[in-house]
Amino acid sequence: MMRPDSDAQLAEAIRDASGGLAVQGGGTRGMQVAGEVLSTRGLCGISLYDPGALTMVAGAGTPLTEIEAALEAEGQMLAFEPYDLSVVTGASGASTIGGVFASNASGPRRVQVGAARDFLLGVRFVDGAGRIVKNGGRVMKNVTGYDLVKLMAGAYGTLGVLSEVSLKTLPQPEATATLEIKGLDATRAVAAMSAAMGTPYDVSAAAHLDAQGGRTFVRVEGFEDSVAYRAKALRAALHDYGAVVACDGDIWAGLRDLSVMEDAQTLWRVALRPSDAPKFLTQIRQLPDGANASAHMDWSGGRIWIGAPMASAAGLHSALQTLAAQMRGHVTLIHSAAPMDLPRFQPESVGVARLSAALRRKFDPRGILNAGLMG
Amino acid sequence: MQMPDVDPAVLASKRDLVVRLRAVLPEGAVIDDPMETRAYECDALTAYKCAPLVAILPGTTAEVSAALKICHEMGVPVVPRGAGTSLAGGALPTADSVILGVARMNDVLETDYANRLIRVQTGRTNLSVTGAVEQDGFFYAPDPSSQLACAIAGNIAMNSGGAHCLKYGVTTNNLMGVTMVMMDGEIIEIGGGYLDAGGLDLLGVICGSEGQLGVVTEATLRILPKPEGARPVLIGYDSNEVAGACVSDIIKAGVLPVAIEFMDRPCIRATEAFAKAGYPDCEALLIIEVEGSEAEIDAQLARIIEIAKRHNPVELRESKSAEESARIWLGRKSAFGAMGQINDYMCLDGTIPVSELPYVLRRIGELSDQYGLGVGNVFHAGDGNMHPLILFDANKDGDLEKCEAMGADILKLCVEVGGCLTGEHGVGVEKRDLMGHQYSDADLEAQMRIKDVFDPKWLLNSAKVFPLSASDARRGR
Repeated sequence: MMRPDSDAQLAEAIRDASGGLAVQGGGTRGMQVAGEVLSTRGLCGISLYDPGALTMVAGAGTPLTEIEAALEAEGQMLAFEPYDLSVVTGASGASTIGGVFASNASGPRRVQVGAARDFLLGVRFVDGAGRIVKNGGRVMKNVTGYDLVKLMAGAYGTLGVLSEVSLKTLPQPEATATLEIKGLDATRAVAAMSAAMGTPYDVSAAAHLDAQGGRTFVRVEGFEDSVAYRAKALRAALHDYGAVVACDGDIWAGLRDLSVMEDAQTLWRVALRPSDAPKFLTQIRQLPDGANASAHMDWSGGRIWIGAPMASAAGLHSALQTLAAQMRGHVTLIHSAAPMDLPRFQPESVGVARLSAALRRKFDPRGILNAGLMG
Repeated sequence: MQMPDVDPAVLASKRDLVVRLRAVLPEGAVIDDPMETRAYECDALTAYKCAPLVAILPGTTAEVSAALKICHEMGVPVVPRGAGTSLAGGALPTADSVILGVARMNDVLETDYANRLIRVQTGRTNLSVTGAVEQDGFFYAPDPSSQLACAIAGNIAMNSGGAHCLKYGVTTNNLMGVTMVMMDGEIIEIGGGYLDAGGLDLLGVICGSEGQLGVVTEATLRILPKPEGARPVLIGYDSNEVAGACVSDIIKAGVLPVAIEFMDRPCIRATEAFAKAGYPDCEALLIIEVEGSEAEIDAQLARIIEIAKRHNPVELRESKSAEESARIWLGRKSAFGAMGQINDYMCLDGTIPVSELPYVLRRIGELSDQYGLGVGNVFHAGDGNMHPLILFDANKDGDLEKCEAMGADILKLCVEVGGCLTGEHGVGVEKRDLMGHQYSDADLEAQMRIKDVFDPKWLLNSAKVFPLSASDARRGR
């Protein structure tokens, strides 16, 4: 394992590599590839935190817990709620901030405030030829040149290895209220969530758990009085969908980190238009391999997590991607208990696939960074 | 402004080019009369003008594809144009280029309230996107001040912002998908009705690429339910430092207004003379707007006012009615026009970390004395996106050059304190030659490699964004 402590060392390690490299932060995101492990854990530490400007700069290998502790001390947060799927993947490492952005890992609040990629203001990275590149900066509005920041977010290290990230923080809400409707099927649940998202009450999350007889959750956050007012208004707006009750306790951490699906041996992440989600689920359930699948809808139905036993994984994988293609969405295999030789990412259209492959060749001419992971 | 040498072979091929374009485009969509092409000689950066060889106005994605294919085959440079409101010269033609205007493509293709999105052709203006959905209680959030005129195509090319992006983000945060025509005519779809990419985030790099990677003809945009109401408060201070500190304290306190606008004394005075909004005569003025129900607005404004009072404001005016709100915004919205009344001006657009505001304003004042040119500052303080307006006299020999030199010094200052050259207007030709101050050769090389992939012949809007010396070899010059 290589564990560089500086940009220069990172560049040298990549330049001198003779074969494939498995880029790794905390190793918690379930995307393992073959090759010598290149750890970013040595590139750690918060180098700047300016709460009044809502910005932080940190080494890519900085543990997520360290980032969150620093933010907590100032009453701020990573608003996009990065998920940590260790409960499902069984990983023992500590998630890093670089890993969060490299996988564009966003949780329930994504529907309100945006994804991880929307909070990434700047990056420094070393590409596959060992070239050190910076892009973006530490200010919220920046259109100076091309936005490689977005390109690096969600690229899973295949274009370059992040060494430093600068990010936007937000104040923590003073109060939270969660409303719940029990017993809705997927169609009614998506309709209810969509109705909630269409109100002016600034809903910060909308999710539906298939298990436990169907539980649909909607969250509002902000100052105490405002939350009370909006929760009341939402109750009235959702009245037609069933009894709306207050849900005490923090349901959201479990929905975010999928402890509600901890038994899943394989896990997929599905992205669709929310209104297509119920039909997608119905069709999957009708398949022989899909009957035992568990499902959880986040983002008002726009994201579905699907879990299944290992035995049905191979058959289900291609069915999920075929159906997603028909519905113009995409499916990613996030985790499997045993290795599966399948395309983890949704096959792309010919034009997009050609552009993506050409970009990879430009940034990683030898094809050594997490080779084969994304295509 | 240096532009690439004109390609005589392209000039010589004009007749053939026009014949071929007319064969694939409708009647009246190919403009080749030199009197008429002059309408496309510049955008809102009027200091530089050059009529294109030909201008075309296709009406569909297929027509854009057919036209680009011809230009690609013939090696003719193409400059895409939205509504021509760029302040950075993003749509400035070269004499050997075809201007591709998207103005005729302005249909709404789909509205989907259940999934909160709208699909439009990109010639549609920013404000008319909201116009298409507001009767149903929705709006499109990015609101550049040119929103009445500017096209979505240009918004995507420049990743436009606006006054309310502190809460709602800029174009890239509200763009879900595009249909884009590549320089060789290939049509590709990226993104769509879902959130976040299933592979590399190509959408993220296309947005803000200044029309250099492809011509975006259709866009899927996120729409949001309109807030119940909004109201501003106006706060005056006797120093820029104190106003800056107030902004920082408000943000730290956890209040997230939808807008925090800042004007300094020269700007306040010019605006007052022009728009008579009743602004106080003070050193610095903040306009802070919050949203929500009446009670929520009251509560948020109370918090903001409490913080503001700690800094001893010389004026504090809370709007109590729609009329008062309009008056408070009137001056801010007419600020550019007001400055234009007293002088020619150049509008800069650098962004700085909010904490550097007082220092940067002081340094701009010093530069103003040094160059002998007046400066007014009006900007989005919440996100540090400055808009210094440098006043000059276009009829006075050497004044434009002096103004540009001063502008360059201010932008370098923005970079020095940890900011950037442009927050929302784009690089265009205006800031092209300053890119080396923010990015190393390797940084620029990485960006140009993207263009190599999308437009290998470097035909699309190629004289922009990158210093010519850096892109010369790629353009084959």
